[in-house]
Amino acid sequence: MGKAKAVRARRTASGARGAPARVCPNPFEVKVNRQKFQILGRKTRHDVGLPGVSRARAIRKRTQTLLKEYRERDKSNVFRDKRFGEYNSNISPEEKMMKRFALEQQRHHEKKSIYNLNEDEELTHYGQSLADIERHNDIVDSDSDAEDRGTLSAELTAAHFGGGSRLHVKTSQQEGEERGKPKSRKELIEELIAKSKQEKRDRQTQREDALELTEKLDQDWKEIQALLSHKTPKSESRDKKEKPKPDAYDMMVRELGFEMKAQPSNRMRTEEELAHEEQERLQRLEAERLRRMLGKDEDENTKKPKHISADDLNDGFVLDKDDRRLLSYKDGKMNVEEDVQDKQSQEASGDEGEEDEGEGSSGEDLEESDGPESHSDLESGVESGEESENPKKDHQSPGKGSRTGGQRAGKAARTELPFTFAAPESCEELRSLLSGRSMEEQLLVVERIQKCNHPSLAAGNKAKLEKLFGFLLEYVGDLATNDPPDLRVIDKLVVQLYNLCQMFPESASDSMKFVLRDAMHEMEEMIETKGRAVLPGLDLLIYLKIVGLLFPTSDFWHPVVTPALVCMSQLLTKCPVLSLQDVVKGLFVCCLFLEFVSLSQRFIPELMNYLLGILYIGIPNKQSPGYALVRPFRARGKNSQLLLVSEREDAATWQRSSLSLCWASGLTAQTATEANHIRLSCLAVGLSLLQRCVRLYGTLPSFHAIASPLHALLMEHLADCSHPHELQELCRSILTEMGNQKQLYRPLICEKSKPVPLKLFTPRLVKVLEFGRKQGSNKEEQERKRLIHKHKREFKGAVREIRKDNQFLARMQLSEIMERDAERKQKVKQLFNSLATQEGEWKALKRKKFKK
Amino acid sequence: VPDGGGMEREPGPAGTRRALGRLLEAVLGSRGEANAVFDILAVLQSEDQEEIQEAVRTCSRLFGAMLERGELFVGPLPPEGAAITGSRGAMRKYKVWMRHRYHSCCNRLGELLAHFSFQVKELALSTLMKFVQLEGMHPLEKPKWEGNYLFPRRLFKLVVGGLLSTEEDHSLLLSQFREYMEYDDIRYHTMQAATDVVAQVTNLHSEVSLTFWNNAFTLLSAVSLPHQERNLSNFYVSHIESSDKWKIAHLKEHRKVFQAMWLSFLKHKLPLSLYKKVLVIAHDSILPHLAQPTLMIDFLSSAYDLGGAVSLLALNGLFVLIHKHNLEYPDFYRKLYGLLEPSIFHVKYRARFFHLADLFLSSSHLPAYLVAAFAKRLARLALTAPPEALLMVLPFICNLLRRHPACRVLVHRPQASELDADPYDPVEEDPAKSRALESSLWELQALQHHYHPEVSKAASVINQALSVPEVSIAPLLELTAYELFEQDLKKKGPEPVPLEFIPAQGLLGRRDDLCAQHFRLS
Repeated sequence: MGKAKAVRARRTASGARGAPARVCPNPFEVKVNRQKFQILGRKTRHDVGLPGVSRARAIRKRTQTLLKEYRERDKSNVFRDKRFGEYNSNISPEEKMMKRFALEQQRHHEKKSIYNLNEDEELTHYGQSLADIERHNDIVDSDSDAEDRGTLSAELTAAHFGGGSRLHVKTSQQEGEERGKPKSRKELIEELIAKSKQEKRDRQTQREDALELTEKLDQDWKEIQALLSHKTPKSESRDKKEKPKPDAYDMMVRELGFEMKAQPSNRMRTEEELAHEEQERLQRLEAERLRRMLGKDEDENTKKPKHISADDLNDGFVLDKDDRRLLSYKDGKMNVEEDVQDKQSQEASGDEGEEDEGEGSSGEDLEESDGPESHSDLESGVESGEESENPKKDHQSPGKGSRTGGQRAGKAARTELPFTFAAPESCEELRSLLSGRSMEEQLLVVERIQKCNHPSLAAGNKAKLEKLFGFLLEYVGDLATNDPPDLRVIDKLVVQLYNLCQMFPESASDSMKFVLRDAMHEMEEMIETKGRAVLPGLDLLIYLKIVGLLFPTSDFWHPVVTPALVCMSQLLTKCPVLSLQDVVKGLFVCCLFLEFVSLSQRFIPELMNYLLGILYIGIPNKQSPGYALVRPFRARGKNSQLLLVSEREDAATWQRSSLSLCWASGLTAQTATEANHIRLSCLAVGLSLLQRCVRLYGTLPSFHAIASPLHALLMEHLADCSHPHELQELCRSILTEMGNQKQLYRPLICEKSKPVPLKLFTPRLVKVLEFGRKQGSNKEEQERKRLIHKHKREFKGAVREIRKDNQFLARMQLSEIMERDAERKQKVKQLFNSLATQEGEWKALKRKKFKK
Repeated sequence: VPDGGGMEREPGPAGTRRALGRLLEAVLGSRGEANAVFDILAVLQSEDQEEIQEAVRTCSRLFGAMLERGELFVGPLPPEGAAITGSRGAMRKYKVWMRHRYHSCCNRLGELLAHFSFQVKELALSTLMKFVQLEGMHPLEKPKWEGNYLFPRRLFKLVVGGLLSTEEDHSLLLSQFREYMEYDDIRYHTMQAATDVVAQVTNLHSEVSLTFWNNAFTLLSAVSLPHQERNLSNFYVSHIESSDKWKIAHLKEHRKVFQAMWLSFLKHKLPLSLYKKVLVIAHDSILPHLAQPTLMIDFLSSAYDLGGAVSLLALNGLFVLIHKHNLEYPDFYRKLYGLLEPSIFHVKYRARFFHLADLFLSSSHLPAYLVAAFAKRLARLALTAPPEALLMVLPFICNLLRRHPACRVLVHRPQASELDADPYDPVEEDPAKSRALESSLWELQALQHHYHPEVSKAASVINQALSVPEVSIAPLLELTAYELFEQDLKKKGPEPVPLEFIPAQGLLGRRDDLCAQHFRLS
């Protein structure tokens, strides 16, 4: 058993170790480290050991290193053999010899020049050659001595410091060759001194010569310079003369050179082209509006990766656009100067305005053509576009308004009013600016405030104008709550609001939201306390209308319009109709609601309910099964017959007319007849709104379900013959339209959902847990553990080595002591031996004597 | 004579106070001065509320001391004249006489509960309650047997009768009284007394005022029984020894009395507003405490038949009965179906109704025709609903379809021919005959064109196959339009804000605009 194991072990050992194991086949030297378990894939390095071999190796190494050190521990002197290649066995002796010879030659050569500083080495000072410095600074250093030069002649040094005996020998040899006889040291030194003095003198004379020469040269130059200078002043004076009076031609050339290059601008477009462009622009805007209406862009436009150049450093730096203005022509004038002029003549714009107004009559069509231009400007850069475009436009609108006769008044206002206005800081300020003025004056003031504080004029103007929007809005609210409301002024201010909104969409939408939130909050409070709210004043209605004018109402979602829609829905569901005035307000809200969705054709349940209620209060109450009223209308009660006409005769005298918005703020019908007429008008408006709804929603899938209550109610209206003929006609036409909306009920089908793809199982890679490897949580931890482990191993190894060293040393010391003892023993033995022999001899001698 | 318990002289600037103090002292000091009680009682009739308050305080002290000393006659009280002229001892005469004074004082205090000044009312109430406590400790009637439970029922009924005034709204005073109802015995006797008082008042008057009902409801709704059986020993009137044999110590008895009280209250014809109030709290604070909740069936089912908001409210109570007490209610779903009217989205109890409707329709064992009828009816009603309700009802309908796969034909019916009209009959009251299963939810298709983006999205869910997990409608139940508005305002849209590109020309817009057609500025 044991044998078999050993054999197997040997086989594995030989297999694993390979070559070195084969070198040493002595089986008695092999020590096998038995493994407890065979583990696949594990590398074993220490399964077989050669303890004898390795021990011998270790001892050899120690004797070579440690023992040597030990033996030389108290010795400070070291014999160092520096012979070239003495211990290098790779070099053949011949080669060694050659190299040695070459080395010696080299050394010889180097030695010769080691103290000869002046000869071929160039000394530098601050990177400049000292020799050069000498040459140039001769004059400056004239009074300094030769020692200052910092260079010593070889002879001098040799003589003074006398170190190099060889050198000395050499020179003496040279001299000896020259003169044939050697000189004493004293003589030599004297000679040296004399030599150096001679040199010094020579140099001084040389320097003086050079100085003289330069002086002479200077004088000569002066003489020549006089000749030269006769010419140069002349040319200078000519230059001076020319500068103040340049040649006209030159000037032209130069100016042309510096002038902006005229870029080829677009040629002036013809009427058709302009119309075409305008159409294209509108189409583009319309397409955009449609996209927003369908609400499909939400995901698309949020993440559109910008183009990134390959050279982009990704540091967010964008090269500024080329802002240089290009020369272009517009309307036959150079375009560049217009801005500058505009800025300069801001104050004087009133006069310009008058001029413009003079053109007003012809400006009608001019505006048409100007419109698109200005709007494309608006989009690209509001600031630049607004300036050139505003004056014309703004001046025209009052011009149009005063067509009836206010033109002269407007002119007068223009001359009376101051030209500049500071932007108001609060609404009160604006109110004080505007109150007490006529409509034209108010408009002018607002317009001038806008112009004086154009964002391009000063840094803070943007914020001021942004605020102005809010103040104007508030002012509009004030005007609407006045009694009677100044609707005409609002009508004109709306244009200003639109312009401001185009400039600052963000702040405009914010202030619009603020106004809406205010109103809703008020209403919510009322609902919470009383359970119902009162229809708010005309101001909110005006605000809602303005929302529709400033923002696109057809968007699927819009930050201002959607809340406004919810607000209107609240108005129609939570505010009961208590008076004729409320009916007018409610109808206005309905009208607005319908207008908001006129493009997007969206469905409004509240509107249908409200119209149902409005129509219901126009007939005598009776219970009928066809329809059910919902909030805020009640089937019976105080206000359930609000629109019922009390006198039959009034129906005959009624003329259809539109409703006045003023009635919404304070309606006081003088006579019963008037009230009845208003009632009929309200009914007419309700009916026509209903007609519009029918047309709008005719295509909805469940139109009949929506319209059936209205249908029933209209039948009742028809049955009640008190209505004037016109209304009855209207009813009838609505009923026929309802009937005409034939629709087929196609059963609903879900869209086919995409088949769910099979789940693919990608292999999950898991780190193999290896035995022996330190498992750590993360890489750093692992690394740290590895290092700790390594350190531990090394430490152990080092300790083992040290221990072995000590053992080795102890062994050596012991053997030394033994040796010494043995020697001593031997010596003692010898001594005893000699002594014994001596003693023996002496005794023998004594015995001999005794015998004698 | 020992010193009067807790008697202190208060130096006061007011003459009456000093005078009353003196009188009090005299009466308590010696029996000879007993006639001064008349003077004290006379002040109770005063007009000045300050004086009345002083007198009430003095009476409280006087009779409090008397009760504690036992100077009041114990036993059935003989008439005053007979007792005085009788030949019994002077001490007995005195006690009888004093008891009569005490009696008249209590009556007067009961009257004062209707005083115009709230302070006086409050003081009178607290004094009466103090008397109740003292009288309970020192009963004025003889115990019939050992450990007989005695409570001043007469006096307490006086208090409750005063509280349930027919003329005046006593909600404030009742909220004060609520504190006493923490005590188990007071609560028990309140219930008893209230039952009596209600019966008495309704017997006396043919037409009972709304005020009385309101008062009664406030008092009744303030009674809240403990949910668990525990030792009911938190008594206002402390007894020397308490016994388990007393009725008052058992919750079962309390429940019986509670039930009797409510039933006696509900059997009368209540005003509509009160009806609603009762129904609002019915499921929560009445039904669980009744000894036999099934007795409420008549009330609730008649309320359910009433229609409108009352029906909606009765639903909750009925649900509790069906769910916990095994009530078999025929045509429950049919009636529920009948409750679905356009106004359902506009009433205050919308959230409650839909919460319950969700519960009722959550069973997976409902027949498909029924669920389909509900879904179709709700969809039809959604055509008139405001956006906040739509946001709730659209997921509701989708949940119905998810729960009942058989109803999915409402949104997905392949291989079917086009129809000329909607087969669904909205007028039919029986969901089984409404032919809803043959129809489709075209209404939701119409609502995909709703003006509010969220509603439109919610309605578009049916375009795809419905996802499996239900959408929880609980957070949507209470959604109001204002919250919706705020959500819309806060939502961040794409920058920059899109603007109208057609320039404004005036307030009413261009000539052909809708507003300009129907409105003018002046």
